[in-house]
Amino acid sequence: MTSIGTGYDLSASTYSPDGRIFQVEYANKAVENSGTAIGLRVKGGVVLAVEKLVHSKLLVPGANRRIQTVDRHIGMATAGLLADGRHLANRARDEASNYRELYRTPPPLKSLADRLGLYVQAYTLYSSVRPFGISTIFGAVDKDGPSLYVVEPSGVFYGYHGAAVGKGRQLAKTELEKLDLASISMRQAVLDAARIIYLVHDDAKEKEFELEMSWIGDETNGLHLPVPKDLFDEAERKAKEALETFE
Amino acid sequence: MPDMVPMSVAQPQERQFNPYSDNGGTILAVAGANFSVIAGDTRQSEGYSIQTRYAPKVFRLTDKAVLAVNGFAADGNMFVKKVKQRLEWYRHAHSKDMPLRAVARLIQSMLYARRFFPYYVYNILGGIEEDGSGAVYSFDPVGSYEREACRAAGAASSLVQPFLDNQIYFKNQTPAPGTSHPAHLALTDVLALVIDSFTSATERHIEVGDGLEMYVVLAKGSPLQGLELVQGVQEMSTTTDGERVFIVRRNLKRD
Amino acid sequence: MDHSPMNWGRPRNDAVDLYGTYPIPQRPYNGSKGSFSAGVQHTQQPIVTGTSVLAIKYKDGIMMAADNLASYGSLARFKDVQRLQAVGDYTVIGASGDMSDFQYIQTVLDELMVDEFTAADGHSLGPAEIHEYLSQIMYARRSKMNPLWNSLLVGGFKDGKRFLAYVDLLGTTYSASTLATGYGSYIAQPLLRKAVEGYEDVLTEEEALKIIEDSMKVLYYRDARSLNKYQVAKITAAGTSISESRSAETIWSFAEDIRGYGAQTQ
Repeated sequence: MTSIGTGYDLSASTYSPDGRIFQVEYANKAVENSGTAIGLRVKGGVVLAVEKLVHSKLLVPGANRRIQTVDRHIGMATAGLLADGRHLANRARDEASNYRELYRTPPPLKSLADRLGLYVQAYTLYSSVRPFGISTIFGAVDKDGPSLYVVEPSGVFYGYHGAAVGKGRQLAKTELEKLDLASISMRQAVLDAARIIYLVHDDAKEKEFELEMSWIGDETNGLHLPVPKDLFDEAERKAKEALETFE
Repeated sequence: MPDMVPMSVAQPQERQFNPYSDNGGTILAVAGANFSVIAGDTRQSEGYSIQTRYAPKVFRLTDKAVLAVNGFAADGNMFVKKVKQRLEWYRHAHSKDMPLRAVARLIQSMLYARRFFPYYVYNILGGIEEDGSGAVYSFDPVGSYEREACRAAGAASSLVQPFLDNQIYFKNQTPAPGTSHPAHLALTDVLALVIDSFTSATERHIEVGDGLEMYVVLAKGSPLQGLELVQGVQEMSTTTDGERVFIVRRNLKRD
Repeated sequence: MDHSPMNWGRPRNDAVDLYGTYPIPQRPYNGSKGSFSAGVQHTQQPIVTGTSVLAIKYKDGIMMAADNLASYGSLARFKDVQRLQAVGDYTVIGASGDMSDFQYIQTVLDELMVDEFTAADGHSLGPAEIHEYLSQIMYARRSKMNPLWNSLLVGGFKDGKRFLAYVDLLGTTYSASTLATGYGSYIAQPLLRKAVEGYEDVLTEEEALKIIEDSMKVLYYRDARSLNKYQVAKITAAGTSISESRSAETIWSFAEDIRGYGAQTQ
């Protein structure tokens, strides 16, 4: 890292001479250290899945969730610092609630992602604060149908058909690209999501992980809900099977 | 009439929202030597309408304190809720239940805090003091209070109080030569008087009836004093080695 | 005796001050004391109003009904208004009184339900919690002398238990096996009590519906601010459902034979 020791990486409010903000880049490193999170925008809905690394056997199963609910129809999955994810979720809930109060209608994800992009970006402007150490996948089914956005530590946000953030994002993206996202069903997407998470998990480095999955769409009546147990178990079983036949 | 001042100079009066209502019903409490009985009917009404036949007006606060609340039901329920909350905080701070006389003073401060927008409720607090004696405290809506041997309040208080004065304080009764009136009545006699008070109030007052709830608080170590023979009696206390609270329910006429 | 604390220490008669005190004591002012308080207006009366709501307990749960009319004084202003609203999966509320205040209440409850949903903690609010929440709002607003001008019924079914309770603009609450607001409390409540009290656990859905329909018909005959177009809500173990609008069979031919008032001269 050539930047270290130059003094340009101590504050988010200072550019380096070649026009970079090192603090934001470091924030992205925090994201890269995290378990993978993916999102699939498919026919009739959105599926979110997370590879939650379990660093201690003493942890209660199901604790420290990384998929959170923002509004009835909006879910989010984070990769990076868990606490930053919690904070952004609370902010997202407030924004969604504000939007509802002002316009008396459920917020479209595009508007919400825009507001959160602005919020995250504000943390790249001042020396007194630290940028968000998370990349967030937002999924929703709103008046325009299913939508999927990723908000990065810099504050930029893009819409996607399929998104992956965290440690295994490269491999996950390759796998997502192989899918015909526009035409597969939500149920199929759940199976694929589980398969991809199991695939990108690196057994050699981290032993334990928990799969977290949620969905929004026709199957859930437009609500962001955890994937029901029977489907979840089926997806997990098939994911493990696929792993053995892979390559 | 002298010096009548016409109100013609008065400004036009704005019609204002009235935040109060009267929900009828009657409560009473009687203190014995080592027990206390606190009772209330369960009818809630507004005007000529019965809103419900079962809305409790008597509440167990602790194993040694029972509060009866009568007047405007919404204020009453809110007041009880706040008293219970304060007693819970006391329990967390001191690991024991608040003594009865302290509960009484607490209620006075909470009522007087709302001196200029009062809780429109008459409170009667019954229970056992730290010295083991049965006690009754009665309050007006803004917190004036005193300890008494008995008190009736609410819609039929003007019917019931004179009856209690006569039967408990023995007002207008002369003892037979060479005898004196007892200072305290037995529990079973008190319960009989309470039931008679309410059946009579039910006969003569339209806002009283439907059901009767009588709470009995017994001092620590006190015998049951015939309470075990009363039909339908239920224990409400959390322990049996301190003061004990019981409830007795009776039907009243529903017309 | 006048027990109201508002009248303590004042002449009994507003028109005459027997004691000749000067100045004549004024009523206490409980409103805001700010410089611009004259510009702060509080609800003094309902404007667009809904009439009675009825509800009963029956074997499988709760049944509730309200018509589709929102009146502007004596004008039948809006004739397709829904006054029954499901809140979550276990509860239906029915509103009479000011319809704009009711819409506000719906917004507040929706916000509450979204907050609960996003917490995703495995808990869900049932009718008892929603009724308590509503009661606190209604009582807080009356205490600010700025009430939400409604009488509300809350009916629900959760964990195998029926729930039915009332709350109004004063924050007054109560629960019973039959409830009615507004004119319904005078006209329908006695009929409901006669039909339901003591039979809460045996009345079938069909019987409950008959009782509700008969009462709504009587109300339509007698309440001039009612409409023969109403909805019936049902809350059971299976969840909540609110029917399409329906109407009762009515007969008005007898009106022509009535003498003594109306258009006839003879």
